[in-house]
This record gives sequence, structure tokens and C-alpha cells, in this order.
Amino acid sequence: MNITKTLDAKGLACPMPIVRTKKTIDTINSGEVLEVLVTDKGALNDFTAWAASGGHTIVEQKEEDGVLFFYIQKA
Amino acid sequence: MTVNIWTAADVARKVIDNKELFILDVRNADAFADWKIEGHKFNYLNIPYFELLDGVEEILPQIPTDIEILVVCAKEGSSIMVAELLAEAGLEVAYLEGGMKSWSMYIEPVKVGELSGGGELYQFVRLGKGCLSYMAVNEGEAAIIDAVRFTDVFIKFAEEKGVQIKHVFDTHLHADHISGGRHIASQTGAAYYLPSKDAEEVVFDFTPLTDDLTVKLGNSEIEVGALYSPGHTIGSTSFVIDKKYLLTGDILFIDSIGRPDLAGLADDWVRDLRQTLYSRYRSLAEDLIVLPAHFMIIEELNEDGTVGKRLGDLFVENHGLNVEDEEVFRSMVTDNLPPQPNSYEEIRHVNMGKVTPSNEEQTEMEIGPNRCAVR
Repeated sequence: MNITKTLDAKGLACPMPIVRTKKTIDTINSGEVLEVLVTDKGALNDFTAWAASGGHTIVEQKEEDGVLFFYIQKA
Repeated sequence: MTVNIWTAADVARKVIDNKELFILDVRNADAFADWKIEGHKFNYLNIPYFELLDGVEEILPQIPTDIEILVVCAKEGSSIMVAELLAEAGLEVAYLEGGMKSWSMYIEPVKVGELSGGGELYQFVRLGKGCLSYMAVNEGEAAIIDAVRFTDVFIKFAEEKGVQIKHVFDTHLHADHISGGRHIASQTGAAYYLPSKDAEEVVFDFTPLTDDLTVKLGNSEIEVGALYSPGHTIGSTSFVIDKKYLLTGDILFIDSIGRPDLAGLADDWVRDLRQTLYSRYRSLAEDLIVLPAHFMIIEELNEDGTVGKRLGDLFVENHGLNVEDEEVFRSMVTDNLPPQPNSYEEIRHVNMGKVTPSNEEQTEMEIGPNRCAVR
């Protein structure tokens, strides 16, 4: 997987992880992948729902040491 | 326009006073469908906050201008953002401080009635979770039943009333919320009672709650008497207070009955549940006021904010008490049950004393509705 950009949203509380992710994804091209690091657990469902509503694909997600990693392919 | 801040207590007042309110819930659709703030005259719009990042213009036509507007999210961050956008658009709005998390924790004490000789019975209504706890006070002494985990609420209330907490009971080992019972008991020196049959895996000391056990409050004759009533769990026990009130725990609710599966043994306990509801309770005085440990829908709240109804009325009106055929009953309480409460297995382990999660973790475990009933 080619990661075009990485956004570190660790330590940010809702709604900032999604707000930043949206801004950042606007700067990459369709088909490219954005990596996002989040520590707010509430983000788990919100990222899934947000991606679905915008037509983006979460190609992978994982959790390591309390950090959630999302890999989002832009629609 | 400005953004106002409402506390969970402000919202509770709207519920109890039957006020109108328009709630813009900005959590995602699943969370909203699962659990929301319920009110008799509340209207709702659910638009996830992440669909409003470019502005609120598109939803303005859906927002009324003649009733109060409250923006709600899980914790509060997103509701502040959306409330500010609405205020910039010229609306007067408020957000809920602490979000659904604080709503889940808020408790409103309501007086249920007088007991003979000057005593009083209080119901502690946890509106967000649908949990009901009780405190009976008389002549300087108090008994608490099914306390939720916010021990301060009960201890402070007893101090304000000038009563000493002597007895703390749990009707059963709870699966939907974390009990505050044994902590209140250890902080106040009260006895903590739990039915032994529910407590086989419990790792702390307790006084066994047995059928017919009776305690007195003060010098006069206010009795709190136990009545073994299995079915939701094998140990489930009800209480009769002052020959006037029947505290049913999670066995009988106003508009539904207890589910037998949360401890994993639905098939075994159906017969117990049937016997409790259709024969043990039938032998009690119909004028007893049923006070359950939960409510599920806002319609179960009385005008004054209490949850309670005459036993005789429930025999007529509660569908779960009117299923003639045993097989139909069995199928009703074992097939097609609603989903289990959030983290119910973990919560049972906390209530057994096996694990002690942080406050933050306990809050997360308790998120969502109680789901202890079958309707």
C-alpha cells in the first residue's frame, strides 16, 4: 500500500480528528491513501460512518498501543 | 446569537416537566438509533457532525424556530462545533455539557411517597440509562436498594436527610450497570446484602439475602421484607416495603417483563420467571405499588417523574403478565430477544468484584440503554 500522506491526530478529541482528516483528504488525489493516527476511541465508529458517507474506502485499520491507524483511500 | 450550555440536570427538568424540545443529535446514525435522550414531547433530527463540516445551511429548513433547540453528541466537542455554526446562522441554541456521557450518569431523586409513621421512600431516576434505585428513610435510618455506581449521590442524600445508611441491598447481580452497593456499604458501615444464588463467583464478603429476610427502619414498624422471585437471574429477590410498595428489581417492569438470558441460562430460568410472575406475584395484594429497577420507554414515567404502578393494574395492562399459554411465554422470553446490554459480561464481572476498571472505563461500559426487558 502506497501512503501518500500521514495525519497525526493523536491526543485530539472529537470532532477534531475528523475535521483534520477531511481537510487533509481534500489535498490528495482520488485513489491515493491517507494514513491517520488517532487516540480518541470514539473515532472508531465515526471514521467508518464518515468514510461511507463520502464514498471513501477504509482499506485497513488497526490498533497498536492505544493508537488507532486508519488507511483511507480517497473516492 | 449566543450558544447556551445546558447540564444533564437542565435536560432532566424538561423531561419531567413535559416540556417541548428539539434535539439535534450529531452522533452517527447507529449511535442515535441505539440510544438517545427520550422525552414525552421531544422532536429529533439526527445529522452526524461530519456531514456538517462545510456548514449548516442545508439543514436550517429542518430546524424549528419556535421551540428550544439542544445540540447533543457523545461527549460534547462536536455539539459545540455544530451549536456555534447554528448560532452564526442566527439561531438561539444550546449544547449538552458532557454530551450523552453525562446524560448516562445523571440521577434525579424523586419522592415516591410517605411511609407509615413519617418515613419516606425516594426513587433515584437515572433517566439516561433507565436505571431506578431506591432509598427508604425513617427515624434516622435508611435502606438502599439497587444503588448505581455513583455512591456520592446516595451518601450525600442520606446526609441531607440526616439519616444513617444501615442496609444496602441488590435485588440481583446486575448485568447492565455497575452496582454501587458494596462501596456504599463499606463507606458507611452498612450491611451489604446480595442473593447467594447470584453470588457464587463473587470475591467479596456480603450478607446473604434470603427469602423472608426482614429489616426494620428506626423504632417503628417500617419493614423492608425480601421475597424470593427468580427468573431474571436465579437469585432475583423482590422487596415489600411498609406493606405498600413492591420493588420488583428486573423481574417485572411497568410495560414489560425481565429477560432470563443475561446470565447465560435462559432456558433453565423460564420456568422460574413464569412462576414468579404468574403465581408468586399473583398471591400478593393487588394494591401494592410496583417499583421496578428499570424503565425502557419514556411512556413508563408518571406525571411526577416517578416510575411505578399498582400491581393490580399491571395484571390487566402488562402484556407479559397476560400470556396464557406456557409455550408461547417460553418462546416470547427466549426467542428473538433484543440485543444484550453493552459490555454485559464485563459488567457482571465488575459486580462480582473480579475486576476493577477505572472510572473512565466504567463510564464507557455503561454507555447505551439497559436492555433488561422483554416486551
